[in-house]
Amino acid sequence: MSQSPPGSNTAAAAHSPAPVGGVGGPESPPTSNRAAEFAPAAWDADPDTDEMVLNMGPQHPATHGVLRVELRTDGEVVKAARPHIGYLHRCFEKHAENVDYPGVLPYTDRMDYVAAMGNTLGFSLAVERLSGIETSPYVNTIRVVMAELQRIASHCVAVGTYAMDIGAFTPFLHLLRDREKILDLFEWTCGARLLYNYNWIGGVSHDLPDGFVRAGRDLLREFDSVTWPELVDLIIMNKIFIKRTAEVGVCPPELAVSYDLTGPNLRGSGPPRDLRKDAPYCGYESYDFEVGVGEGKFGPLGSCFDRNWVRVVEMRESSKILHQALDRLETMEKTDVHEKVPKRVKPPKGEVYVRSEAPRGQLGYYVVSDGGINPYRVKAKSPCFTAMSVFHHLARGMMIADIVALIGSLDIVLGEIDR
Amino acid sequence: MDAKAIHDKLVGRFGDRVTGADLEAASPFATIATEAIAEVAAFCKSEPELAFDNLMCLSGVDYPKADPPRMEVVYHLLSYRHHHTFALKVHVPRESPSVPTVEGVWGVANFHERECWDLFGIAFAGHSDLRRILLPDDWDGHPLRKDWQDPDYYNGLHVKPTAQMAERAMGGERIGVGPFDFTPPNAHIEEG
Repeated sequence: MSQSPPGSNTAAAAHSPAPVGGVGGPESPPTSNRAAEFAPAAWDADPDTDEMVLNMGPQHPATHGVLRVELRTDGEVVKAARPHIGYLHRCFEKHAENVDYPGVLPYTDRMDYVAAMGNTLGFSLAVERLSGIETSPYVNTIRVVMAELQRIASHCVAVGTYAMDIGAFTPFLHLLRDREKILDLFEWTCGARLLYNYNWIGGVSHDLPDGFVRAGRDLLREFDSVTWPELVDLIIMNKIFIKRTAEVGVCPPELAVSYDLTGPNLRGSGPPRDLRKDAPYCGYESYDFEVGVGEGKFGPLGSCFDRNWVRVVEMRESSKILHQALDRLETMEKTDVHEKVPKRVKPPKGEVYVRSEAPRGQLGYYVVSDGGINPYRVKAKSPCFTAMSVFHHLARGMMIADIVALIGSLDIVLGEIDR
Repeated sequence: MDAKAIHDKLVGRFGDRVTGADLEAASPFATIATEAIAEVAAFCKSEPELAFDNLMCLSGVDYPKADPPRMEVVYHLLSYRHHHTFALKVHVPRESPSVPTVEGVWGVANFHERECWDLFGIAFAGHSDLRRILLPDDWDGHPLRKDWQDPDYYNGLHVKPTAQMAERAMGGERIGVGPFDFTPPNAHIEEG
């Protein structure tokens, strides 16, 4: 092992805050902080040692999108890692200020494109809270059904691509095949397979088609008896899978809370924190289900294995919720799903921060209204963004091959990080 | 603790450095003097009765039409121990705004503050790595400010159609991928 180059510990200090005097609107163009950006950084590897800087991405298949990770390596060991995001930035927040409230919904779909139902649900809930709209129990149940189906579909992709990241190709195909069946239900309901714009402010876009409950039950029967056991047998309890993940990327609970990890990433570290239990919305308090947490079965608590284990347990619990919700839909009085959809969404002046439990964690929307038809400000707090912020901590001291396992276990979607 | 109790606790500790509050709002908040925010944040986390161990969200908002014009940084806090939430706000001027960093209190603030610097130009004094995060390194300006105007060029490429292109397009000529439509997307709603 060679010595770290001098100054390597002060890498951050070399990028001291950019000149403060340079800020200003377009009328006073700020001085570019380019010089500071590209100054010979303490980050550059010292040629006298064995260390080198390796760029992983942005076109690396295992980074789940366009993520670039700058690794300073000594042989196979990662000494430090620096994620660079923003390659997929599409100015969601700026767009949102220039369209009306219903117009923001399709943009939110495109943030986390693997779990679009959850995004529109979060924004709808925020605007409904702001304008004081209460949706009917029927609409709430439909929303729960869609959110939980989306959770299963999203975790299928998460676990499937994760298995592929660490070398198992076939399970990915199996899981995408099962996800297709859920997408078929979505397509049948609202016509779209990926970006649905299904949750509207005050309702949903389409009522469930006739026969949906029956089709849903068929899907769940297959899921419970074949898909889920197969997933556990084929991937999760596979000896190679356990060896690759059970002692890698351990995130202690304090670190997870400080870096605002949420969803399966937090629960993998132990705290059983789930918004569906802690601050229920859409009537989640009336469903009977458990919150899966990491158990540290094969290694330390909070490892990559635990995060994936939580996802798998969540799929089973989602299936439980779905069974109950479908039962209710059968006996429930149907109401018009557009009943509460306002002709013109114009919330009173005010602001609200609303969270919901998306498949990847807590998705928060901070919406400020000035009483107009366009939002004054929309900020989306994405769970993947915060998961990325802890990456440099977890990556330090890992082997390069494990970096891939770590990124996959955090289950990031770059569309949501960059927005 | 409810919002009122949290606010009283903060006022009891920091006195007039808590400059305002709205406890009836959908998300209740207190306004904090800018220079005190790091201290207040550390107190919020360490005080056992508050125990705000989680920073849920950190956002900037621009209010150029307020009197005086200002920008705000909003901190949404959550306590996992007590299951209560609260928000803190600081007001900063629009010219050379600067806020003490809370990175040392909640690690996640590092990314959030970089984003806020990137999009609003609010500097965070004491931040370990204040660089752009979403926009390219060589981007000039901070687009989420309300008076932002798109540049004409970026690295030598047209960002907006030039006046000549727009004129030709108005004359009915097809330029690029589609005719340029200058009607604001909401015009029909404003009229109706």
